[in-house]
Amino acid sequence: MRIEYCIGVDLGSTTTKAVILGADHAVLGRGITNSRSNYVVASQVAMGEALINTRFTRIRNQLGHAGVGPARCDQLLGSFERRFREQQYLCQLATLESTLHGYADRTRQDPAVHRALDAIVARMRSESAGLFAEGAARKSDFFRDLAGSRFHELSEQQKEARFDVLAGLFDKSILDVENSTEAVGTFSEHARAALQAQGTHAPELARAVDAAFGDELVQVQVVGTGYGRQKLPFPEKSIRSEILCHGLGAHAMYPHTRTVLDIGGQDTKAIQVDEQGIVTSFQMNDRCAAGCGRYLGYIADEMNLGLHELGPLAGQATRQVRINSTCTVFAGAELRERLSLGERREDILAGLHRAIVLRAMSLLARSGGVHEQFTFTGGVARNSEAVKALRKLVQENYGERTLNISTESIYTGALGAALFAWRAAERADVPEEVKA
Amino acid sequence: MSNPATAQIHKDASQERQKRMIAEHFHRLAQAPDTGHKCAYTFVPGNLTELLRTFDVLPVLPEINALQSGMRGRSRDYIALAEKLGHSEDVCTYVKCDVGMLHSGNVGPTGERLPRPDLLLLSYTGCFTFMKWFEILAQEYECPVVMLHVPYQGDGRITDAMRRYVVDQLRRKVIPMLEKVSGKAYDEDLLRQHLARSAQAETDLVAVLEAAKHRPSPIDAYFGGVYYIGPIFTAFRGTQDAIEYYRELRAEVEERMRAGKGPVTPEGELEHEKYRVVVEGPPNWTSFRQFWQMFVDEGAVVVASTYTKVGGVYDNGFRHDPARPLETLAEYCMGCYTNLDLPTRVAMLSRYVQEYSADGFLINSVKSCNSFSAGQLMILREVEKRTGRPGGFIESDLVDPRYFSASNIKNRLESYFQMIEQKRSSGAGT
Repeated sequence: MRIEYCIGVDLGSTTTKAVILGADHAVLGRGITNSRSNYVVASQVAMGEALINTRFTRIRNQLGHAGVGPARCDQLLGSFERRFREQQYLCQLATLESTLHGYADRTRQDPAVHRALDAIVARMRSESAGLFAEGAARKSDFFRDLAGSRFHELSEQQKEARFDVLAGLFDKSILDVENSTEAVGTFSEHARAALQAQGTHAPELARAVDAAFGDELVQVQVVGTGYGRQKLPFPEKSIRSEILCHGLGAHAMYPHTRTVLDIGGQDTKAIQVDEQGIVTSFQMNDRCAAGCGRYLGYIADEMNLGLHELGPLAGQATRQVRINSTCTVFAGAELRERLSLGERREDILAGLHRAIVLRAMSLLARSGGVHEQFTFTGGVARNSEAVKALRKLVQENYGERTLNISTESIYTGALGAALFAWRAAERADVPEEVKA
Repeated sequence: MSNPATAQIHKDASQERQKRMIAEHFHRLAQAPDTGHKCAYTFVPGNLTELLRTFDVLPVLPEINALQSGMRGRSRDYIALAEKLGHSEDVCTYVKCDVGMLHSGNVGPTGERLPRPDLLLLSYTGCFTFMKWFEILAQEYECPVVMLHVPYQGDGRITDAMRRYVVDQLRRKVIPMLEKVSGKAYDEDLLRQHLARSAQAETDLVAVLEAAKHRPSPIDAYFGGVYYIGPIFTAFRGTQDAIEYYRELRAEVEERMRAGKGPVTPEGELEHEKYRVVVEGPPNWTSFRQFWQMFVDEGAVVVASTYTKVGGVYDNGFRHDPARPLETLAEYCMGCYTNLDLPTRVAMLSRYVQEYSADGFLINSVKSCNSFSAGQLMILREVEKRTGRPGGFIESDLVDPRYFSASNIKNRLESYFQMIEQKRSSGAGT
């Protein structure tokens, strides 16, 4: 089957997101990766992931057509996807392994270092099934984080080679792995392997996967947005401001949206949109990234926690410590200062979340206030404690407002970009004289 | 070998003339210790240039020196030096730039040394920083200070009592001090002659700025505008040089208008005017060209700006009036842009958006200047409400390069212009 699609890419400072929309503007696939130093690779990987996700959507549809019930469908696809991800992980691990040895050779390391690397990678390979087992908790979905944390733990236990040597080799190698679009592999490679690993007891899945293989995915238009948009290998007319993309994306998710708050990695945007999703006014933080997602990132690092663990921990607070500064650079100092004064981690975190939201409230006020309905997007919208603080402050300052937060809110900018892509494509179909 | 005569044809004659005027002025200043010319340091808003000239006193404008230092890439070091001397990061960066320059030999923008002041003339008190600035300079130079207290137009108008109050100070404080410093008696007829010349140049300046009502606009009234206001806002108001400069400039601009040409930018002539905007607030000086280029890249022309009114709001009809010499100076001091109350500023911006057929208006909020920045968000909302055109907000600073984030400003500008575009294509906001 021939499927035409448009794709939107949002190159953020922390993550790069891609959304694929079919001709009916329905979401076919989403992809996300960490924004490495190479934006071109980040956008290719995110687009590749979105295409893989599109195939999964197609498999789900095929299963539906074949009469497979939703529960069975979830079970089959869930298990298939875990195996698929495991294959992807193993593929990247193989690239990592050869890259590690390559650097070890170039820096003339002892044979003991090579033996240590072999042992570590062999152990990581043997653990991969457990890492992607049903119900297994993973700190992150990005290879850098998954492989990095385990590699470092295993390096510390190594007797044959020094930790700093191994860690140094990893730091060099992971950049190469991340910056290679081949390391992550393709749908066809991993899907076949995942099917094999799944066994033959799911013929309906095998048929659906085969059907999905047969789809011809045809890209009609691409639009890029986000901080790295100038670096995207797209023509200038295919690049849109992230403020407009977030406005339109939020409108697409919640058509009654009038105010959008986006807290991303390095900026916070307060946007007002009209009934068509057109931006009427916006405010964003100035050159200082105080109180943005990156601030939470530093705090998580300081506490040796995963980013997604901060919110739940803050949720256990019994009181809120008053924090005035949300300076990202001083985040660690602020935290240690409070800890040394004997404050509990949970209470400090609750205060930090409130401080971030207070800063966002100021931008919202400057942009024209909070109107019904209010949509919260960006990575920080995934943080339960930030949402709690926002809900409370909006209620106190503006009264009752419907607060929309999509589980897919991180994709809002990319969704808006994909919609702009369709608009451009649809306009391009119109003869010149009609356009004028 | 290129013919110098033909090479000059490509440069506007008025530009050459302005450059020559400025060089001569700074040369006169550098020679002042030898020629015995007396010098007064003073500020642009509410400057009393005609009165100074009546006593043959030469003006030095520290703000202009600071912005020139910013444009020449010197301000970073000057500010660092001032901070080393104890001035906080939060102090207005014009002040710190000036203090740093003073402690680095006081070399002006043309490379010649500036003279020490014989008098510090503070003729606008609407900016509290000006007072503190002159306190610093008074300590440095140990010279007399004279202050003209200028009432704020809190009710949006100048009353008789306000005018009398300022005229009284001119008579009792400022003129006697100038007589003392210069050793010359006050000659009101001479002042009238200067004022008559001022009015002539002012009329031509208004014609230049209002040429931007034309489509396409032959000028950029912000980035280009700062060059046009240069002579009249600084040392040349009331001079024959100023009359000739503005006559020439007006003719050039009107010629461009007749020929349907767009403004001249650092990259050459802007051929396709895509957006027309009004700008409130001073420009950033340290990245002036880069900032301008961001507008040029989008095809945006600034058709009116409030910054070009800081040294006089002439387009509301005000002209220096030789028939009422001291009263007219009093009205001038009280009428400068930052002395207007917020409702008047809102009305002025709204009028600009409408009369200049602007697609919207932008505020460049500078960290240093409370006189400008206080109330700008209210202004933004209010002008949006009155005109139905979208407002944009960017933040930078005057001369501290640390407060100019190119990527952040570019991001906001691009978003702003795309927002206008989106409104146009959807038929909204028109």
